[in-house]
Amino acid sequence: MYPGNGKLSHVTTDFTCRIRMLVLVAGIAVLSPRADAQSAAVTFRIEAGEIRTPLAADAGDATRGRAAAAARDGGNCQLCHALPDMQAVFAGTLAPPLHGVGARLTEGQLRLRVVDSSVVNRDTIMPAYYRVDGLRQVAAAFREKPILSAQQVEDVVAYLKTLR
Amino acid sequence: MTACLLAIVILAACSTQAAQPVPLKSGVEFASADVRSLQQDDFANPGMLWVTRGAKLWLEPAGSDGKACGTCHGDANRSMKGVASRYPRIDSVSTGLINLEGRIQQCRERRQHAPLMAYESDELLALTAYVASQSRGIPVNVEIDGFHRAHFERGRAMYYQRVGQMNLACTNCHDANWSKKLGAETVSQGHGNAYPIYRLEWQAAGSLQRRFRSCLSGVRAEMFPYGAAEYLDLELYLAWRGQGLAIETPGVRR
Repeated sequence: MYPGNGKLSHVTTDFTCRIRMLVLVAGIAVLSPRADAQSAAVTFRIEAGEIRTPLAADAGDATRGRAAAAARDGGNCQLCHALPDMQAVFAGTLAPPLHGVGARLTEGQLRLRVVDSSVVNRDTIMPAYYRVDGLRQVAAAFREKPILSAQQVEDVVAYLKTLR
Repeated sequence: MTACLLAIVILAACSTQAAQPVPLKSGVEFASADVRSLQQDDFANPGMLWVTRGAKLWLEPAGSDGKACGTCHGDANRSMKGVASRYPRIDSVSTGLINLEGRIQQCRERRQHAPLMAYESDELLALTAYVASQSRGIPVNVEIDGFHRAHFERGRAMYYQRVGQMNLACTNCHDANWSKKLGAETVSQGHGNAYPIYRLEWQAAGSLQRRFRSCLSGVRAEMFPYGAAEYLDLELYLAWRGQGLAIETPGVRR
């Protein structure tokens, strides 16, 4: 499930395993507010502002990704972002429109922003969609669970890549 | 030079903590025209159903002594005018912080010897809305000194604390992003000056604490029970943050 450099440092039987970022690039390590986090099940690399290796074994699927991006219990991206292929009347303006984002950012940059945008901008209001540590007062139903699964992250990234 | 820069950074950080939005805008200013007109017309405002019920309850004897609110307080139009603008405040007997709901409950317990009303019950909402509506047009004016201070500070800390799976604090929306769109909704400055409100989504009146719970649920954070100290502290901080806004109870929101 976590191929490549996604190295399991301890295994939980639960799919909603704890996630820890292993920050290897010194410049980014300074920016990371969670460099001392202990909870870890899967580690992945952030290199030069990107997560280059997919989080899931199956390639991202843009159609599934669009559904996950739109779902209220998924990404719910349009709550803050305008998206070119979703109804404008429901589009939020809290964050930049995502028109052309697939051309502006690389796949690895998109993946990092979906996983944890606060690595890029520590003051961001964008939730980290694949992180469970460093959070407080999480409702019981969501505790220790990332907002999106690893496969959903890949699907959403595949969808975002189509926004050119 | 470094020390000087550090001082500037610290000063800047402090000045962004605990600030009133400029200009201060009541939530009604962010509502759509139809919602605004609902609030402004007492004959159309559904919140007036609770106010009317509160007027009835005001005169209804309760408890072993058969006393009504009006037995001691007389005509609420006069005796309750301006009262809501000063809450939450420290109760001089218990030295604890209470909101308007708490003040009403206290009267029931200590003066009427009547059973407490459940938080968020229609009865308590009705009496609270009735009492608060006597202060319509009067600016919010809470105290934050003395015994209030610790509550104020805790409320402020809570306002700036990111919580929940979405990892958001009140300030992330209501300071940095008011007037922007969250989906189809316009983000307000997050003031409590119109509470209890009638919310179309609830199809009922609700307290400010119910609204807190909606926000907490939205960011997937654990909620506190109604009447929790955390909510009271936050209510005080918000009241101060909206100090000067006119009371609008009963407000109408989407």
